[in-house]
Amino acid sequence: MSKYILKRLLLSIITIWAIITITFVLMNAIPGNPFANENRKIPENIYENLMKKYGLDKPKTEQYITYLKNIAKFDFGKSMRSDTETVNEMISRGFPVSAVLGFEALLISLIFGPTLGVIAALYRNKAPDYISMIISIIGVSVPGFLMGTFLIQFVATKFDCIPIGGWGGFRHTILPSITLAMMPLAQISRLMRSGMLEVLNQDYLKTARSKGLAGSVIIMKHAVRNAILPIVSILGTTISNLLTGSFVIEKIFGIPGIGMFFINSVFNRDYTLIMGVTVFYSIVLIITMLLVDIAYTLIDPRIRLTKGGH
Amino acid sequence: MKKRLVLFTGILLILTMIVTGCFSPTVKAGDENAGSTKKKILRANNGSEPGSLDPALAQGTHESWVLENVFEGLMTFDENGKLVEGMAESYEVSEDGTTYIFILRNGITWTNGDPITAEDFEYSWKRALAPETAGNYASILYYIRGAKSYNAGEGSADDVLVTALDKKTLEVTLETPIAYFLELTAFYTYFPVNKNVAEKNPNWAKDPATYVSNGPFKLVEWKHNDKIVLEKNKNYYNARKIKLDGIDLDILEDQNTAWQKYRGGEYDLLVDVPASVINQLKQESNPELEIGLQIGTYYYNINPNVQPFNNPKVRKGLSIAIDRKTIVEQVTQGGQIPAVGIIPPGMEDENGDDFRKSVGDLIKYDTEEAKKLFDEGLAEEGMTIEKFNDSNFVILYNTAESQKKIAQAIQEMWRELFGIKIGLENVDFQTKLNREQSGDYQVSRSGWMVDFMDPVAFLDLWCSDSAFNDAKYNNPKYDELIKEAKSTNDQNVRMAAMKEAEIILMEAMPIIPIYFYTQPYTVKSNVSGIFKVPIRYPVITYADLNE
Repeated sequence: MSKYILKRLLLSIITIWAIITITFVLMNAIPGNPFANENRKIPENIYENLMKKYGLDKPKTEQYITYLKNIAKFDFGKSMRSDTETVNEMISRGFPVSAVLGFEALLISLIFGPTLGVIAALYRNKAPDYISMIISIIGVSVPGFLMGTFLIQFVATKFDCIPIGGWGGFRHTILPSITLAMMPLAQISRLMRSGMLEVLNQDYLKTARSKGLAGSVIIMKHAVRNAILPIVSILGTTISNLLTGSFVIEKIFGIPGIGMFFINSVFNRDYTLIMGVTVFYSIVLIITMLLVDIAYTLIDPRIRLTKGGH
Repeated sequence: MKKRLVLFTGILLILTMIVTGCFSPTVKAGDENAGSTKKKILRANNGSEPGSLDPALAQGTHESWVLENVFEGLMTFDENGKLVEGMAESYEVSEDGTTYIFILRNGITWTNGDPITAEDFEYSWKRALAPETAGNYASILYYIRGAKSYNAGEGSADDVLVTALDKKTLEVTLETPIAYFLELTAFYTYFPVNKNVAEKNPNWAKDPATYVSNGPFKLVEWKHNDKIVLEKNKNYYNARKIKLDGIDLDILEDQNTAWQKYRGGEYDLLVDVPASVINQLKQESNPELEIGLQIGTYYYNINPNVQPFNNPKVRKGLSIAIDRKTIVEQVTQGGQIPAVGIIPPGMEDENGDDFRKSVGDLIKYDTEEAKKLFDEGLAEEGMTIEKFNDSNFVILYNTAESQKKIAQAIQEMWRELFGIKIGLENVDFQTKLNREQSGDYQVSRSGWMVDFMDPVAFLDLWCSDSAFNDAKYNNPKYDELIKEAKSTNDQNVRMAAMKEAEIILMEAMPIIPIYFYTQPYTVKSNVSGIFKVPIRYPVITYADLNE
């Protein structure tokens, strides 16, 4: 196992290096610069001062090497749009906020997603199935900004205990985490349903039934355990997406997370921030993927991480 | 069994969420002030996170709204919106209008107790100009002699002619006499910073704990991307005029959520009101809505290097074919004013009259004349409608629903009248700026807002040597007039030159003005003392909350 993890870590470093290189090339290829302003244009010599201040006057290869060196030290540099915070400070301030929301959303989708899926499969083509189907379709097809606006309009403005937006306590997380959970919840419930339907027709379930096992035992021990595998495989990306925030939801609810950095940094051509959040996201993704692979072996003993690693 | 357990825990969790959410002892932001303390706190939304609260590095309204409340320049705006002495007690101007002597007030102090001196001003302006500071807005200091060359790395700080003659006296020498210099000293890049503090701690402006300012309020809390809290500065020389105990500014980017918060009573004032809401409030003549004046013009650039747009008749025809009244009433719906020239209303001429009014309407909607001009112009260029339509011309705009709607309306107006086909292309604003600069467009949407109240702030843009002249307008006569307007402070001469320049410009129509910006905002009925100075966000410094 440890040998396997070590190999994966080495591979991760190569992956991150490739991501940095591609990001560097791409962000330099798009037109624009970090100092452009929509309503006001800046004179040439001020532009030059700014380029110099942020080291953008240096040749691209030199900039690239500087990036690599600094990232190796986990120093993402100064944001080109904020004189107040460094990229490291922005990430370490925003990530915990996004992660709290993401964690709540994950919890909601992991509790309700499989439950809905199982119910749908057990009552196939009956009312519960249709209800769960409707919820899933809403979850997948209603975009976050609509769901968020709807919840603000019809929940937050009606109940004093639920704030309209902002960040403060648990109350502030309720609506955004529900909004955030809708999509993964729907995906999980659909996957669970189809997984269950497939498993329910398997011979070993008939065997279990004929052995006279109780219905709930069959479902929980034999069916769910097998049907849940596809969900585990999408969990890696789901978890890292949830933890790193959502631009739309953070904007609508006024949440100071890192989700908005992903879009705003590109929009502003804030090169250091683009690089910072991209690398950060990659790291989160790589770690969750690794954890998911390990989780696989725990759920399904047939899966081995290494050849002959019995 | 286990399924039930899962269901049970799920329901339990939701219940906990609701219960803790609803019965937790925390109170809503709005109620905090309703307690026994009865503090007067104005609550509003700042929109976006400020990039910096250092006056030398600030670059837009998200910074300036805070800065204007925590700092004060040599001159300032009083509770009636009049430009009056601020940190300066008095000033003198030399006869040729290039040298200013400011005498500071007695007993003025920084929020940390240090006295405010003329040296602070000298230091601050030179600091804002230093190339290594790389201030985004340093160009607004270029009126001071030696400022531009220092900022460009060619001169030295000693050559910048701003000098503290003694602790209380500041001497400033300008490159040329400019009529609006006093107003500039109220602009945030001209705000002083505490020399001792800034020299000792370059990071002073990043943390409220080390933040030192000199204005009516002081910064006490700054939660990034969340909120900014200001508290009344009791040491401010004019503190008796400040009725508020503090200002709470949210940092909430979403317009609609902010509107919901305003409606729900969580804000006393909302500046960035969604367009659909403005329209609705206007229809019901809601007394909370104010349409503030804003000095800015929304226009289309026309590329003169593309046939047939090189022909003035074509450009003029396109311009007067636009029904601007319909655009502001049906499309933008934010209370904008149809453009009748390039200079918006609100600026004064030599007699104190409105510059716009005294020049008169230079653009009149006239479809008949438009058709005639356009067809003539097209024929002069040896083009036909078919050839025009085959050229795949587009209106270039930055991706935003509002821009798209305007472009669609204009596209349709042109199609209907001239029978021309012109496409729409949206790109992000960075790409648009890039393509405008390189001349890779036919028609592109643009806009301009000014930092001081003088028509030259607009007209300067279309001088042939202007870096921002994307329409590549080039007319020596026009250049001459603007040069004249910039070289004297004789208002009669200046205004006459600028009036003529605007007429010439609108005759050639290198750009098509569409509408003049406005700044709608809503204020709750119990709030008084908020007003609009044209080039600023609504002034909240003198606001009061009534029972």
